[in-house]
Amino acid sequence: MSAIANRYEFVYLFDVTNGNPNGDPDAGNMPRLDPETNQGLVTDVCLKRKIRNYVALEKADAEGKPEQGYVIYMQEKSVLNNQHKQAYAALGIEPEAKKLPKDEAKAHELTRWMCANFFDVRAFGAVMTTEVNAGQVRGPIQLAFATSIDPVIPLEVSITRMAVTNEKDLEKERTMGRKHIIPYGLYRAHGFISAKLAERTGFSEGDLELLWRALINMFEHDRSAARGEMAARKLIVFKHDHPMGNAPAHKLFDLVKVQRVEGEADTPARSFADYEVSIDRDGLPTGVTIEEVL
Amino acid sequence: MAYGIRLKVWGERACFTRPEMKVERVSYDVITPSAARGILEAIHWKPAIRWVVDRIHVINPIRFESIRRNEVGGKLSAASVSKAIKAGRTDGLITLADEDRQQRAATVLRDVAYVVEAHFELTAKADVGDSEGKHLDIFNRRARKGQYFHAPCLGVREFPASFELIEPDTLLPAVHADLLGERELGWMLHDIDFAHDMTPRFFRAVMCDGVIEVPAWNSEEVKA
Repeated sequence: MSAIANRYEFVYLFDVTNGNPNGDPDAGNMPRLDPETNQGLVTDVCLKRKIRNYVALEKADAEGKPEQGYVIYMQEKSVLNNQHKQAYAALGIEPEAKKLPKDEAKAHELTRWMCANFFDVRAFGAVMTTEVNAGQVRGPIQLAFATSIDPVIPLEVSITRMAVTNEKDLEKERTMGRKHIIPYGLYRAHGFISAKLAERTGFSEGDLELLWRALINMFEHDRSAARGEMAARKLIVFKHDHPMGNAPAHKLFDLVKVQRVEGEADTPARSFADYEVSIDRDGLPTGVTIEEVL
Repeated sequence: MAYGIRLKVWGERACFTRPEMKVERVSYDVITPSAARGILEAIHWKPAIRWVVDRIHVINPIRFESIRRNEVGGKLSAASVSKAIKAGRTDGLITLADEDRQQRAATVLRDVAYVVEAHFELTAKADVGDSEGKHLDIFNRRARKGQYFHAPCLGVREFPASFELIEPDTLLPAVHADLLGERELGWMLHDIDFAHDMTPRFFRAVMCDGVIEVPAWNSEEVKA
């Protein structure tokens, strides 16, 4: 399939109820906070991880084998395809000394093949030693950190376990644990898709549809004890007629306003119903169309 | 300076990584000429032109923030890709995040805004169709409309840059009071010399009332 021909930007809103959307390794896995504003943060790589996991899930058959062209390069162990070692052994491939291909055409071929086979290389790019000069493939999709609309206040919940790990702890009867949760937080993420970089990696219309599906459904397949209830709430896409774009990205993002529902400004938000999302359609620059994918 | 431009760039966060502290990334205090060039090239670039950053105006006070993330350590090797091509299958070609995990902190800048003053020169690759006016017009048109080739970023791709062209007759945004006076920023990366085996070249950055004069690439002050 040919590459996408339009530039896109998107505003993605998702929320968390009684969960930890993204733990901070620096703060004992507390939810990430912006220290200046107390707004919650979710890193770009956290969201990309979930997109990859969703694509791996959707494009796998009953045996867990990925569909041709939709392999995920950067995998989590939980979706590990264990056959790879056997495959190597079966094919009798000998490891060679690591060498950078000097030949530019050869390097180009390697990069192209990676893009054709791996969804995440095609979408996000990857650092490969294959490309001459930069040594990396830039993907068309760029995500920024997601921040919560309002400051969030993480709660520490102590929990007990009715069993112990070691025999010597037997007299203690039970162990205590901690969970960090955010009672409620609505997060806003901004994304960019460059048509020109898509051309180079072959990111197609079909891939774009898959990306939207991933953003809408990825939390549905990422349930865990830590996450609580997470859900995608809105996905507003700005489509530019021109591949280079028709308006500055920041002006488009400004058109989407997320506000507290009136009259309750001082009470803490506890559900998506406490917020109102409005799009200033009159202010839309010419050549840009809005698609509310969710 | 006949073909100069002024571009305002700003964003919530930025990380212009110091080469001496790139494992646990620490940003320079301000944007480097190399990062500024990258932003200009994201908007318009052709092999026929070369952007030269002349001056950097720092608008906002310099503030830092720390972020720690899970990252992977390894890079994909070319040899394993060609092996997979020969074998015609992708089975072995994955990186397991769990087995190659590194937690790295990054000390990044908060709430930055700069004005980049730059011009371009024609390179040896320019042919008859490449006039300076043409490339200047393309850049100005794109910057005015907010068009770009790929979204420009402030050092790393997770920190997107907003940008706006400053028209020749408009005034620059006022400098914050914190930045007044002279401040020595130490040795800073000027750019990478791609013609000579990727040699980094440095200069002594001095910020005077928020303005950093970037010395010419071939001048005495720029050292490899």
